[in-house]
Parts: sequence; C-alpha cells; structure tokens
Amino acid sequence: MQGDIVQMGAYIGAGLACTGMGGAAVGIGHVVGNYLSGALRNPSAAGGQTATMFIGIAFSEALGIFSFLVALLLMFAV
Amino acid sequence: MSDQTNATSKPGRAVAYGIFAFVALMIVIGLFGGQHGGLVYHPMEQFLVEPLFGGEHVAWYTPTNVTLWMAIALLVIFGLLVVGTRGRAVVPSRMQSVAELAYGFVYRMVEDVSGKDGLKFFPYIMTIFMFIVTSNMLGLLPLSFTTTSHLAVTVLLALCVFISVTVIGFVRHGVSFLKLFWITSAPLLLRPILAMIEVISYFVRPVSHSIRLMGNMMAGHAVMKVFAAFVPLILLSTGIGLVVSPLSVVAISAIYALELLVAFIQAYVFTILTCVYLRDALHPFH
Repeated sequence: MQGDIVQMGAYIGAGLACTGMGGAAVGIGHVVGNYLSGALRNPSAAGGQTATMFIGIAFSEALGIFSFLVALLLMFAV
Repeated sequence: MSDQTNATSKPGRAVAYGIFAFVALMIVIGLFGGQHGGLVYHPMEQFLVEPLFGGEHVAWYTPTNVTLWMAIALLVIFGLLVVGTRGRAVVPSRMQSVAELAYGFVYRMVEDVSGKDGLKFFPYIMTIFMFIVTSNMLGLLPLSFTTTSHLAVTVLLALCVFISVTVIGFVRHGVSFLKLFWITSAPLLLRPILAMIEVISYFVRPVSHSIRLMGNMMAGHAVMKVFAAFVPLILLSTGIGLVVSPLSVVAISAIYALELLVAFIQAYVFTILTCVYLRDALHPFH
C-alpha cells in the first residue's frame, strides 16, 4: 500500500515536472521570434547571427531538459 | 519546358509509390501483429541494447546492436571523407562536394565561434560533428538503432569535451583561468553571487550538453513509434480506426521530416556548444 502511494506520487511528480518544458517552449519561441523581427529589419546582418540564435536556443532549452531529467528520475530512479 | 515537367513528375510518382508501399507494409504488419490487443509495439522497445549473437549477459566486450551501428557509422564516415574524396578532382563529384561542404561548414563554425587559435582543435570538433550527425541520420533508417539516444554514449562525448576544455583552460592560463567565474564588468557587490551562479552553470554544462542530444533523439523516435502503433487500428474497422490510422500515417511522414531536421540541428548545436566552451577556455576574460 505504502509503495503504491509512493509510486503514485512519483508519477504525479513526473507529470508536474513536464510542465517545465512549457517554459522552455516559451523561451525558445521568444528567442526565435526576436531573431526574426531583428532579421527582417536588417536582413544583411541576419546571416552572421544564426549561430548566436542557436546558442540562445540551446541555453533556454537546457532548462526544459532539466525538467525532463527530473521527470525521468522520478519515473525510473525513485 | 516539357523536359522539366517530366523531370519533376518522375520523383513525384516515386514518392507516391513509396507512400503506397509504406501504407501497404504497415497494413501487412498490422495483420500479423495486431491480434494481441493493446499496443503492438512498445514505443521504448527500440532502445533495448541486445547482444548480437544471442546470450543474455552484456559485458564491455560483447558485440551488441550499439557497437554494430557505431561501426556502421564509422564506415559511412570513412566512405564519405576518405573514399569519397579519393579522386581529389578540381570539379568535385557528388560525394566529394558533400564531404567538402561538411568540412567547410565545421571549419567556418570553429573559426567564427572560437576564433583563429581555436582552429588547432578543429580535427577533434570535426570528428564529434561527423560522428553525431552520421549516427543521428542512420538512426532514422527503419529497423536501425540510434546510438546517440543512449545516455552512456552522449555523456561520454560531453565529458570528453568538458574535461579537455577545462584542461586546455588551465594549461593556457594557469590559475588565472578561474577569473572566468569572476565577472569584472558587474558591480562589486554582485560579483560573489554571480561567481556562484557561474560555477554552478559551469559544472552543469556536461549534463545539459549530453541530455539535450539524448532527449531529442529518444523523444522523436518514441513519438514516431507511438504513431506507428496507431496504424493497425484500421483492422478494427470501427469508425475511430478508419479515421485514426490514415491520419497517423500522415503524422508519421510529417514527424519523419521534422526528425531529419532535428537530427542535423542537434549535431550542429552539440558542435557549436563545444566551440563556445572552447572559446571560454581560450579567452576566459570577459
């Protein structure tokens, strides 16, 4: 019985942890949207900044990955 | 003009035949596999590491499907970069131009991001890029195995980068490499707090570096398999099955195209982050 409750808590926690990925989605959308609006204003400078955009995406994606990691740990390690 | 329309209609017809064959194959697989009820294929089954020649025990020397697909990736890279460029033609053949494109792409990336003195480490970064992009692409073949969807593989790649970058930083700058964490452009009061955050983010680097690649690869393949498991529902011939399975065939095709993009972008992101870390080690002073 007690083990069942622990497992239920772990699964609920894993589901809740996945909401963190929504934050990463918002962040990535923000980065790319701002890149696009900047690129449309000054298209000649856009090509040199795609690498910077991908670095920004990677950094904001990292925090979504941490929530994914927490979910995985709750599912398989607890 | 008529030549052009002929040329464009031929691949179109081939694609249509391909889709038809794919749907037929899916229905046949569903006929033989769909009798158990529930999900026919567990979406995570494709990530199991199995010994190639039977047996249960997996030791470090056992040839498994991971080692098989790593070896295939190495052979493909060898074929592209060594055999493909053997002609050394001035007007490159198709293989040679792909190899030159990959080489120039990574070379420019290292030069732009980590600077001229980062070019000394270009061979290592090129190796990482080629290995990741090839094993990502090979993992998209049906019935294949994605080696980069395993944490053990990506953690090894990320730890190699992390340790070598740290060693390079200390060898180049000695103890003053620690100034990387002491941001002089910030107000004095904030610097200890920022230093703490910088130290944490430095040590979290290999974690996010490896799990990003593994998570993207695993999630995409699992989603494809989940949709593939919906396809045999057409055999139920109820209303839901007749609607869901054509839709999921379309969805698999769309996700497959997206996965092709993701496979390349994740290799690109892994490589460019390696370049960023290298730049931090070579020029740690903000």
